Amino acid sequence: MNGVHDMGGMDGFGKVEPEPNEPVFHETWEGRVMAMTRAMGAAGAFNIDVSRFYRESLKPTVYMTSSYYQKWFLALQDSLVARGYINDAEVKQGHAAAPAKDLKRGPFKLDDVQRVMTRGSFARTAQGPAKFKPGDRVRAKNINPVTHTRLPRYVRGHVGVIERLHGTHVFPDTAANDAGEHPQWLYTVVFDGAELWGADGDPTVKVSIDAFEPYLELV
Amino acid sequence: MTDHDHDHSHDRHHDHSELSELELRVRALETILTEKGYVEPAALDAIIQAYETKIGPHNGAQVVAKAWTDPAFKKALLADASEAVGTLGHVGRTGDHLVAVENTPQRHNMVVCTLCSCYPWEMLGLPPVWYKAAPYRSRAVKDPRGVLADFGITLPEDMEIRVWDSTAETRFLVLPVRPAGTEGWSEQQLAALVTRDSMIGTGFPKTPGAPS
Repeated sequence: MNGVHDMGGMDGFGKVEPEPNEPVFHETWEGRVMAMTRAMGAAGAFNIDVSRFYRESLKPTVYMTSSYYQKWFLALQDSLVARGYINDAEVKQGHAAAPAKDLKRGPFKLDDVQRVMTRGSFARTAQGPAKFKPGDRVRAKNINPVTHTRLPRYVRGHVGVIERLHGTHVFPDTAANDAGEHPQWLYTVVFDGAELWGADGDPTVKVSIDAFEPYLELV
Repeated sequence: MTDHDHDHSHDRHHDHSELSELELRVRALETILTEKGYVEPAALDAIIQAYETKIGPHNGAQVVAKAWTDPAFKKALLADASEAVGTLGHVGRTGDHLVAVENTPQRHNMVVCTLCSCYPWEMLGLPPVWYKAAPYRSRAVKDPRGVLADFGITLPEDMEIRVWDSTAETRFLVLPVRPAGTEGWSEQQLAALVTRDSMIGTGFPKTPGAPS
């Protein structure tokens, strides 16, 4: 979706402000939100693409004015309500009222913690040969789905070069809609700064994205 | 203790009536999830504790220091970082799809996630606020030199800057250039020079002898 989350190349947000000696969490509740999100994901309430899509789907004004973990909280709550794990009345009351819904991988317990500390693999068996090889010139397609995609707007329509092949991975565009993993070849595609930003762009800059095969066409 | 630390510990002792609306809502959600049997609060505590105490930039620093001292490891790291890091038992298990990218005198690498906040958690811990915020996400791909200036960094005008936008599940770790004057240093000594930002590409390792 063409949301405000897709920020690459936007102007006007000001300087980057690193915080010296930044704590892992600024508030206790931030850690609880991070942990609840990890736990409910590991338990099978949603996959990572679904959780990203809920965050992207927050109203633009909310997205822009909420802190990072606020966005995580709002998206977590929205997704759990939408998927029937909790309901609005429970949220209002602050207590469980309706029966629990079965989680795909069962409740998240202390013994499950080690499992989420190692990142899962998104690699899957190839469904066919790769269409492109390193060195191929490809154009990022001009696609504008209203659903989740990982092709940022700033590269759409632009030509880059295939640099690396990462194997076949879960396709976020379908996984985010619970429409299946549909594994796709994944490539690093590198673009010249001038191709993306025009003649005034910094000529020493190259930018790469990791692009799934359906995002690309041979030039 | 910084002012911030002070505020933080003070907040923890606020009584219930002083909790923010947001904190109350978060607590309510945890209560619901616990009452429904979806999560064990002790499991949430353990996740938080791991990120507060075990998983941080020191993990990545060990990998970088090893690459600086062991040419075979460096070669393996650049070929398949997940596999290479997996051989270092002391760092712990790393997930798939880690890619190490090497800074050279000709090329500087910088990592961003313009769409959200993708970051090599196992190597660097949870990302800092600036990495997840609009100024960095918007500008890193268009004006990386301007972003580096915000970090007090100036690169030679003819140096190539390569920005890696983490748009899939691949995760990038920058292998910075080993500082001069560290000949004969042990891995442990070298690891102490490796900063978080030097592994994101928004900083350099510390210089030997400079105040930390």
